[in-house]
Amino acid sequence: MTRTLWRRYKNTLALSMIYALTGLALIPLGLVLYYTISKGLPAVIHPEFFTNVERPVGIEGAGVAHAIAGTAIMVGFASLIGIPVGVIGGVYLAEYGHGRWAGWVRLASDVLVGAPSIAIGLFAYALLVAPFHHFSGYSGAVALSILMLPIVIRTTESAVSLIPNGLREAGLALGLPRWRVSLQLILPAAAPGVITGCLLSVARAAGETAPLLFTGFGNRFFTTDASHPMSALPLIVYHYALTPYKSLQDQAWGAALVLVSMVLVINLASRYVLRRQIRLAGQL
Amino acid sequence: MAASIRDVLRPGPKATRVPDRYRTFTAFVSWAAPAVLVAIVLILWLQAAPAISHFGIGFLSATQWNPVTGAFGALPFIFGTVVTSGIAIGIALPVGVAVAIFLAEPGAQGIRGAIGTGIELLAAIPSVVYGIWALYVLAPWSFLHLETPITARLSSIGFLSGPASQSSVFTASLVLAIMILPTLAAVSRDVLRAVPGGLRENSIALGATWWETTWRVILPAAKAGIFGATILAVGRALGETIAVTMVIGNRSGEIPHSIFYPGYTLASVIANEFAEATGTIYPAALLELGLVLILVTLTINIIALLLVRSTARRVTL
Repeated sequence: MTRTLWRRYKNTLALSMIYALTGLALIPLGLVLYYTISKGLPAVIHPEFFTNVERPVGIEGAGVAHAIAGTAIMVGFASLIGIPVGVIGGVYLAEYGHGRWAGWVRLASDVLVGAPSIAIGLFAYALLVAPFHHFSGYSGAVALSILMLPIVIRTTESAVSLIPNGLREAGLALGLPRWRVSLQLILPAAAPGVITGCLLSVARAAGETAPLLFTGFGNRFFTTDASHPMSALPLIVYHYALTPYKSLQDQAWGAALVLVSMVLVINLASRYVLRRQIRLAGQL
Repeated sequence: MAASIRDVLRPGPKATRVPDRYRTFTAFVSWAAPAVLVAIVLILWLQAAPAISHFGIGFLSATQWNPVTGAFGALPFIFGTVVTSGIAIGIALPVGVAVAIFLAEPGAQGIRGAIGTGIELLAAIPSVVYGIWALYVLAPWSFLHLETPITARLSSIGFLSGPASQSSVFTASLVLAIMILPTLAAVSRDVLRAVPGGLRENSIALGATWWETTWRVILPAAKAGIFGATILAVGRALGETIAVTMVIGNRSGEIPHSIFYPGYTLASVIANEFAEATGTIYPAALLELGLVLILVTLTINIIALLLVRSTARRVTL
């Protein structure tokens, strides 16, 4: 009897430990969000934050417009490279992905997701900065596109694989060639999932600092010319946070808040779209 | 005369296969992923060649790091990387597996979905945001409430001795633990979910309690997969740059004697020094650090992925 009691006691104890540890895991999320909002909000409520560029410490009205432009341009160019290549690669894996080659592609993209982003930055430096003797937005874009590629490949693959085979067979039965079935039937049906994957990769790229340290490098001035060094929001957070000036630290928190809001909106929206997509695919 | 059975069975003219250009094209584009991976390793190798030939294997065991005298050794950085990742995994593993057990339980999907979303958002927050948070919130808190009391009481144990410092190996490990937790929890959850429901039902039917079922039946069945998830998380921790750089203290040249001293990691030294490295040997030495880092993380990732995949396949059979 006591043994049964002991087992039940142990069971309750273990269960409460599991609950407690799960709660513990959520504390950092709450704290990070709380501090980013409470410390970032005072900087973000000034409209100059979004319209002005860096000013010397002590002069009012500094902003991060140059970093927002830099992030937008570099991530934009990165998307132009990473998204088409990633989507086509993902379609290949979903349509023909049973052979050994597809297995290699899959393994390579999974490994690439876990590759240290600083090493990708070094790679882009060796490829596009060192030969031209100056930092540039383009080299930053290439580094970010390498980061986006595996995410786009794998999310496209899973979005396309969700589409029931009946749709593909219906198209083939009508005599359509494989490429038309794939591009005009399957891909539009999978579009919400594919677009979501692309947006997730954009969110990831926009938040990365390490690949930009020796490629985009940072710039105190506003520029839209990607052949020059460019600033970016994560670079602003990194550089400003490590300065001893309160005004710059506040701006760093503001830029962090902009990054976090963007990442959270994209992630939450994508979960909604993906869930809906899975439900719709089930009905087809 | 009626056709003999042999005529009927004779193969007709060979069907000519239309070459599937679409397949060729998409396959070609998909090469980008493996090609980039190979190119990264090759280019880093080529660029690091001056340092590799100059220092040889001794580079990995030398402790000096002095750009002025041209003495470069990787050991303190390797030590920092390994120790921060090790402490981080020690903290994150029990929590991550507990979260995975919680998330993989059947029933109450609403609350589990919400908590799962929360854990995944933890993975989405950019590393630099963890960095600024750790620098201004976590490091002072940990200094006051963890490091100072521990060093005061346990200073006789060498690696726990003081004086404590806000920017320390320990603080960096704490941030890393938070950052790798989502990977650990999400992959372990998927592995646990792949354990056949029959195992759980049989165990409960034999009279085992929930905990006995989880501890003695479910976890052993998912052991290799959870091990894979752990290694995957270690891979992430080894390569994490920005958040660690912001809180580890960045002190080069010697191996820290205590986990409460400032240290340095492979990724941090590259982040801090590469943009300003001049000459031939100095940047090449940093690139060699990058090469070491990527070779180690790639190997670890491949092993981890194969482990996770093999258990997922074996268990679902």
